[in-house]
Amino acid sequence: MDQLDRLESQSVAVFREAYREFKQLAMLWSIGKDSTVLLWLARKAFFGHVPFPLVHIDTAYKIPAMIAYRNQMALEWGLQLVVGQNQEALATKQTFPDGATDRISCCKALKTNALNGTLDASWPRWILDHTTQTLIPDPNPTPFTGVIVGARADEEGSRSKERTFSPRGQHHDWDIADQPPEFWNQYKTDFKPGTHVRIHPLLDWTELNIWEYIQRESIPIIDLYFAKPGTSQRYRSLGCYPCTQSVESSAMTVDDIVTELRSGKFSTIAERSGRAQDKEDGGLETLRREGYM
Amino acid sequence: MVERMNVVIVGHVDHGKSTFTGRLLADSGALPDGKLESVQAWCATHSRPFEYAFLLDALKEEQAQGVTIDSARCFFKSSKRHYIIIDAPGHIEFLKNMISGAARAEAAILLISAQEGIKENSKRHGLMLSLLGIKQVAVLINKMDLVGYDQSVFEAIKLEYAQFLQSIGVKPAAWVPISARQGDHLIGPSDAMPWYKGMDVLSVMDAFHKEKPLSHLPVRFPVQDVYKFTQHQDDRRIIAGTMVSGELHQGDEIVVYPSKKKSTIHRIEGFNVPSSTTVGPDRATGFTLNTQLFIKPGDVISRIGEVEPAVGSCFRANVFWLGKQPLRVGRRYKLKTGTCKVPMVVTHVKSVLNSAELTSTDSVNEVARHEVGEIVIETLKPIAVDLVADHPIMSRFVIVDEYDIAGGGLFIAKDDHPHLPPIELEMDVQSAIDPGLRHTRLGHRAGVVLVTGSGGVGHHLEQELFELGLFPMRLEGLSPFALPSVVTVANALLTAGLVVMVVTRPEYVGVIADALSPYDQLVTEDPTAQTIANWLA
Repeated sequence: MDQLDRLESQSVAVFREAYREFKQLAMLWSIGKDSTVLLWLARKAFFGHVPFPLVHIDTAYKIPAMIAYRNQMALEWGLQLVVGQNQEALATKQTFPDGATDRISCCKALKTNALNGTLDASWPRWILDHTTQTLIPDPNPTPFTGVIVGARADEEGSRSKERTFSPRGQHHDWDIADQPPEFWNQYKTDFKPGTHVRIHPLLDWTELNIWEYIQRESIPIIDLYFAKPGTSQRYRSLGCYPCTQSVESSAMTVDDIVTELRSGKFSTIAERSGRAQDKEDGGLETLRREGYM
Repeated sequence: MVERMNVVIVGHVDHGKSTFTGRLLADSGALPDGKLESVQAWCATHSRPFEYAFLLDALKEEQAQGVTIDSARCFFKSSKRHYIIIDAPGHIEFLKNMISGAARAEAAILLISAQEGIKENSKRHGLMLSLLGIKQVAVLINKMDLVGYDQSVFEAIKLEYAQFLQSIGVKPAAWVPISARQGDHLIGPSDAMPWYKGMDVLSVMDAFHKEKPLSHLPVRFPVQDVYKFTQHQDDRRIIAGTMVSGELHQGDEIVVYPSKKKSTIHRIEGFNVPSSTTVGPDRATGFTLNTQLFIKPGDVISRIGEVEPAVGSCFRANVFWLGKQPLRVGRRYKLKTGTCKVPMVVTHVKSVLNSAELTSTDSVNEVARHEVGEIVIETLKPIAVDLVADHPIMSRFVIVDEYDIAGGGLFIAKDDHPHLPPIELEMDVQSAIDPGLRHTRLGHRAGVVLVTGSGGVGHHLEQELFELGLFPMRLEGLSPFALPSVVTVANALLTAGLVVMVVTRPEYVGVIADALSPYDQLVTEDPTAQTIANWLA
């Protein structure tokens, strides 16, 4: 077994443990490379099937190609899709692009709050109707108690301290100082009613592993990661367009990206350097404590 | 593809773990551009001297307190391989975090301050590494700059700590005198310590070897789940799990433990994998069988002819305890081993070792937080595991107290003679009727017959006693979990003047007899109705 086989097997085991332990299980799908690999690993774990819904938080500022890709994949692979959105903040224009808030508050409103409201079913949410191929209101929203998330330890400081099974309090908060122990491959799978759990199958994967795996498995991936012919710009990390910058790179294929990463071109530039919210005071850690993914 | 290894850094608080790791990252060029400068600038604006440790202590909370709270992971590479460095906290309150970090490591680096010498957690962490099964350990004597790079200080600590490691069965891979702050012996030689002829730390790490897959051990496949996705038009019934050791092949005759049911592997299943007829260790996989057996998560699959796992419900084990509440004899917990999750009780604490001082105490009823104990575990149902001498992975378990993993350990032996604590009645009963009057009315005295045997024994006897005119009632107390209820019910029935037969295992006779001591008792393997009738006449 090589390194990718090993990572794949560990992640598959985590998926199966989550599916065994949580009856109300969902997986976050941000359309990006990590959560697309996550989706592929789910199909590995369950022999081609994805036996739980995927949750996408639509901030309304996602790059439009992401939404088109999301719907196309969901229809093609027969996925159960749940979509959540902070419609109130959007309607009252309480966002950074509207000039009403800073980036951090905008992230909190459009992503963190929308995610928390969608997961605990306290906000309205939508599901993809495969017959009409449109989003319809979720007729029976129930809270999710286990949520699979594609966070990786090498992305950024606070993510390096995550547990594979990470409990969140009633208010989705993360108590970093008092986390449960994880021995060997035994995770915390017993929870007080009212708490919910974030499950992180990709914790030990690096950015390069993700691309090597996409290459090996021929996983279809959104083309925003590739430079368009004649340009030397591509996205390395995907988010909302007002706060996501591209990087200087002429990689046009998965092979190009793997070669580029192996060359060490980005080894001293943070992966999320194109994500403006990380740079504000407090940054990602403040967001994550309150329930950001 | 480049090899990868997890290495955990452990040691007493303030012996320089985070400084060491930060310096190693900086010197090996693993830091993002500007990270060093930005942390230095942060220190300048906050009027604090720069520390390499701040590079790691990425979280604000840690910078406020100046200690590592959790195990941070960071990545760096040498010319040989990629490393995931797990920086574990040294404070005793964070021992559970240290263990979470160390439990996924293949090798460990243990730091001891040359200035302070061996401290409580130097020993505690050493013992934890040994219990977690981490065989490769390098000991770094740090802060050599603060003792004038004096060789005799290094040698004295080495001598003392080597004795300790020997006593717990750890053989260190290397001893290196370093100064993390000054960068001595991290990467390359040091002019400050010409007397040291050994390898630098990076070379020691590169000399650690990868753990070999357990292909040479018997087949062990703990069943994680059984899938049938009929709603997705898929009729395969797939047994899913991760191979721990050995190899399975299409067509192999397999045995399921603890039930010992047998079947044959029909096909090895997978998604987007080249079809294969063999699967080996560490692979998450699944297969279909030729016959439909009732298999459930927690079962262990092996192959016919392989060494069998240890099947039973009573084991001796070493446990290290992290729970806020001590591990108590008689309290009910959940045991998790492999993919098996089962209720358990601790029936006996044989000895307790203080993990800092390594002093041993006998005859206690609990294992306190941060202590190591030898205990006897009784599970509600038989389980299939291996003993530590036979299998390093299949002998591991954790204990869940309410909602939290509160301890972990290793099975060391099967134990056929559980040592049960006294049983307390769950409820007492009082009667206004004199027992003598009941005797007169019923025609016989109250009495308890303890019958040893398995479930179902004694049905016939109960009928015979009834036909002889007695008032018998039969109860089964075959598991330690049932005993408190059985004894409580028996006590009520005996107060009512009945003949109570308790069918139980030989090892429980003593405690049941003690709990029902006010009543006449008969212990027998093969009683006849007439002897009992005569006895209670």
